[in-house]
Amino acid sequence: MSLTDVRAVRTEEPKPAPPNGAKFWLYRFDTKTVPYLLIAPFFILFAIFGLFPLIFNAVVSLRHWRLDDPTLTGWAGMENFTKLVDDSDFWDSLLNTFGIFILSTVPQLLIALMLANLLNRKLRGATFWRIGVLLPYVTPVAASTLVFAVFFSRDYGLANWFLSLVGFGEEQPLDWRASTWSSWMAIAVMVNWKWIGYNALLYLSAMQAIPKDVYEAAAVDGAGPWRQLWKITVPMIQPVVLFTVILSTIGGLQLFNEPMLFDENPALANGGYDHQWRTIAQLIYKVGWRDLDLGYAAAMSWALFLIILVVAAVNAIATRRLGGGK
Amino acid sequence: MSTRLLSRAPQDTPGTWKSYLGLTAILLVSAFPVYWMFVIATSSDEAVMKSPPSVVPGDQFLANLREVFGMQDVYFTASLINSLIVALAVTASTLFFCSLAGFAFAKLRFKGNNILMFVVILTLTVPNQLGVVALYILMGKLGWNGTLLAVIAPGLVSAFGVFYMRQFIGHAIPDELVEAARIDGALTLRIYWTVVVPAIRPALAVLGLLTFVATWNDFQWPLITLNGTDFPTSMVALSDLASGNYVIYRRVLAGAFVATVPLVILLLVGGRQLVRGIMEGALK
Repeated sequence: MSLTDVRAVRTEEPKPAPPNGAKFWLYRFDTKTVPYLLIAPFFILFAIFGLFPLIFNAVVSLRHWRLDDPTLTGWAGMENFTKLVDDSDFWDSLLNTFGIFILSTVPQLLIALMLANLLNRKLRGATFWRIGVLLPYVTPVAASTLVFAVFFSRDYGLANWFLSLVGFGEEQPLDWRASTWSSWMAIAVMVNWKWIGYNALLYLSAMQAIPKDVYEAAAVDGAGPWRQLWKITVPMIQPVVLFTVILSTIGGLQLFNEPMLFDENPALANGGYDHQWRTIAQLIYKVGWRDLDLGYAAAMSWALFLIILVVAAVNAIATRRLGGGK
Repeated sequence: MSTRLLSRAPQDTPGTWKSYLGLTAILLVSAFPVYWMFVIATSSDEAVMKSPPSVVPGDQFLANLREVFGMQDVYFTASLINSLIVALAVTASTLFFCSLAGFAFAKLRFKGNNILMFVVILTLTVPNQLGVVALYILMGKLGWNGTLLAVIAPGLVSAFGVFYMRQFIGHAIPDELVEAARIDGALTLRIYWTVVVPAIRPALAVLGLLTFVATWNDFQWPLITLNGTDFPTSMVALSDLASGNYVIYRRVLAGAFVATVPLVILLLVGGRQLVRGIMEGALK
């Protein structure tokens, strides 16, 4: 099953004996109207709670809309957007978002590929291994992030203890939250941990759909397991790789939970004392619900939406190029 | 290495000790944070703050639990019940509406069937998170902010659910079965209930588990609409536990562990279904 597998529905209609009167009316109602009633709840609920907010968001972004001062309303024109261009907070957060995004997506997909390759063997307890790698996926991100917050703490954190085992930072333990790079790395570890198993199963599913004779043909050329993986398996599962790249782009650029709860006091939505790991999604939350400026937060949401569109498109094209080459 | 061995497809090649070693390592890394959560949740302050850290569980679990559940403005007990209410409501509604729509798209003939299905697939690509500001304003107008309704309403249907159900019903139920029931005089809703629902139980289990897990774990929108009220979900309550100037980690992680346990149980009971759902292309 794939997202593009949408077949046309058969067109001929079964013809029961034509009834009459009320029965005929009921039959007509049942075949002509009821199908629409069955799909209506989805479209109505989606229109109200999914589509409308997205469109209305555009209106809000063009207005003054403050939660603390309801009298301050009216059209703002492009004011929120021009403010955004000069707002160093926005650009800093954008940089953080991209930094964490790259640190968390590239290893995530590469390790997932390796893991899928391990799972794509004749294994004892195949189901056990597959279920096992899903543990991070079901663990609430709020809970796991709080464990990692302790794991990466300066004084009694396990991460520093491991580092000290290999002789690093014994006099001066690493303060993971203090510098930009180390905080990005810590957050990237959390994101990688959560999504590797999930992506591995997506890859595994595609790997198992590869026809076996493709491998037999390649064996004649003397391809070893490693070449087999890079020359046959990866190109054959390219559509799924593309799918995971786009999913990770959409998810990664909206990263909120991990940076939020990594803070020593999450309620402030600071992303570090110097905002060194504050992401755009976190900034939107801070502007909207700490500074109470919903108009400006809406403008930022739109900007993020456009950025996601562009980056997803660029990544999709790059993945095609890389995978389709040779 | 012989050519005989290489000619096999990977899925026919038995795993070597290296494969099992690699898998074991990944499994340990996957399980470690959950285990570590439990270690700290059962420890005293002294055990948490020593170097090297203790790696075995302590005996303070009940004491820590009592503290978490007893905290004044965290509403931890209520938050677990709230999370359960929200996750069950969203799951039940998603299963019902998505299987109805999936049935219509897969087996009923009506004008615009294929175009409307295409619209459903298009809506899969809409990043809902970006509409949170407007959603908050909408919920404000409805008077729902700060209530569980605000968290339940946006989850009532899912485009992925409709798509998944349509694919499953299309493959699992022969057209002749639906036609035969119709010729017997059964109305559409009756066919749904007596023919479709019994045949799609496996798909309902998969979609139900995926929906429950995603809803239970949802953090951003519940935080926005429920923060500071007496009705947090357990994820919002966890963030409250971890906020403030003086955070006691053994308490925070005791709470985190309690909020994680239901999902670990779900994984043990429904792991096969979750694996299947994700391998069939479930969206996060």
